Amino acid sequence: MTARLLLVAIWLAVCAFEAFALEPRGTGDLAIVIERAQGAVAICETTARTQLARVTGFGDLSHASAVFSRDGRYAYIFGRDGALTKLDLLTHAIVKRVLQAGNSIGGAISSDGALVAVANYVPGGVKVFDAATLDVVADVPSTAGADGVRAKVVGLEDGFGRRFMWSEFENGRVRMLDLAAADTPRVSELGYAGRQPYDALVTPDGRDYIAGLFGEDGLVRVDLWAREPTVARFLAGYGGSELRLPVYKMPHLEGWSAAGEQLFLPAVGHHAVLVVDRRDWREIGRIATHGQPVFAVARPDGRQVWVNFAPPDNDIVQVIDVPSRTVIAEFSPGKAVLHIEFTPRGEQAWVSARDSDRVVVYDSASFARLAELAIDKPSGIFMSARAARLGF
Amino acid sequence: MRDGMPRWSVLLAALCAGTVPAAEPAPAPSRQAELLHLLRHDCGSCHGLTLRGGLGPPLLPQTLARKDLATLHATVLYGVPGTAMPPWNELLSAREIEWLVGQLKHGIAP
Repeated sequence: MTARLLLVAIWLAVCAFEAFALEPRGTGDLAIVIERAQGAVAICETTARTQLARVTGFGDLSHASAVFSRDGRYAYIFGRDGALTKLDLLTHAIVKRVLQAGNSIGGAISSDGALVAVANYVPGGVKVFDAATLDVVADVPSTAGADGVRAKVVGLEDGFGRRFMWSEFENGRVRMLDLAAADTPRVSELGYAGRQPYDALVTPDGRDYIAGLFGEDGLVRVDLWAREPTVARFLAGYGGSELRLPVYKMPHLEGWSAAGEQLFLPAVGHHAVLVVDRRDWREIGRIATHGQPVFAVARPDGRQVWVNFAPPDNDIVQVIDVPSRTVIAEFSPGKAVLHIEFTPRGEQAWVSARDSDRVVVYDSASFARLAELAIDKPSGIFMSARAARLGF
Repeated sequence: MRDGMPRWSVLLAALCAGTVPAAEPAPAPSRQAELLHLLRHDCGSCHGLTLRGGLGPPLLPQTLARKDLATLHATVLYGVPGTAMPPWNELLSAREIEWLVGQLKHGIAP
């Protein structure tokens, strides 16, 4: 018995020593990787490309995503089960966790870092939390249908200032919450997007909110610089008479990419990426791809766009060269590629392969494999540099 | 145009699908493992990893209790026009879907 106590005491001392012996470090090169099946998060760094820690206790992390505090220290992780969890990237500890809904899909953080908003499916709506305490600041239900069920909220994004925009899947509405005055939240209707908006993004300059439609061919944009922002349709009927294929995984728009004045967008149900000129919102090109695109992520310098695909074509990543708009490389990182994330300046691309239980790191210039990290069922990869980007 | 199909087509399909040849053997154990993996992770991208729902409805035994096997089978086989549910007949055989639907009705271990 005393021997056991002694062992515990030694173990505690070792833990304490480790905690104090941690070198001070910055957070600019950190990344978190979601272990979707284990409800765990791997904390990695992109300088030596290693895993620093693994933190458990996040609940159901299937389809989880994250945003970061403006100092890059904390990650706010949105779980499928409606949990919002604040993770300290330096101490590797969960700071706080609230179960704020029954089923949720993602979130956003305000430019000032003070507010974290969550998009909820059940019950449908947007809840906003104080980023420091995770206390509720605002609660905006989505619009209920004839059956009395509130619509699922998708494509929740942050706008400049303390604004959040979202779309409602069942009724096609686009709405905005302005919390410039926190005690008087102002909700405005931005218009009808079309049938079944499924996700959205904000362009890197913060000017345009773009929502994609699942129920019809087309997208909408909202010019957030306008005095009274409102939806405007573009790329209507992009599929033409071509038969739409079954969609086994919804595309994701966040991270879909602007490279200069060109936007790269998914053609839902087609093996193609659409290229749009942001100056007049017309299609200027269409790139045939290996499968139906899920993510297409522009390297931060805009020179390349990396694309992954829906099942059954999800073992491949393709690289599009932006100037020539052609596919210049193709890799097999593993089975079921779910996500791609670039380091802040784009020299590395991190790719998660769920069914191969690994994250593969590529050199984005030579396409050499730089590292492989063994991580259980990895899905989303989120780099702390997102802290400084609008719409991330 | 997938959306053009009216919903009653699902019911019709359900009637036809009820006639899956029962003589076909269940999927081999290794294939069963693959199918359960697909159920959790790929069906799970809309229905949730724990099948408690997401963009798609929950697929727990209690939520499926009032739906008969033939309807469920047809829903998976042909999809539901006008919704995000795709037809899985391009990736899975009718027998495999029948087996999966049976698993869902019964409830799979978490």
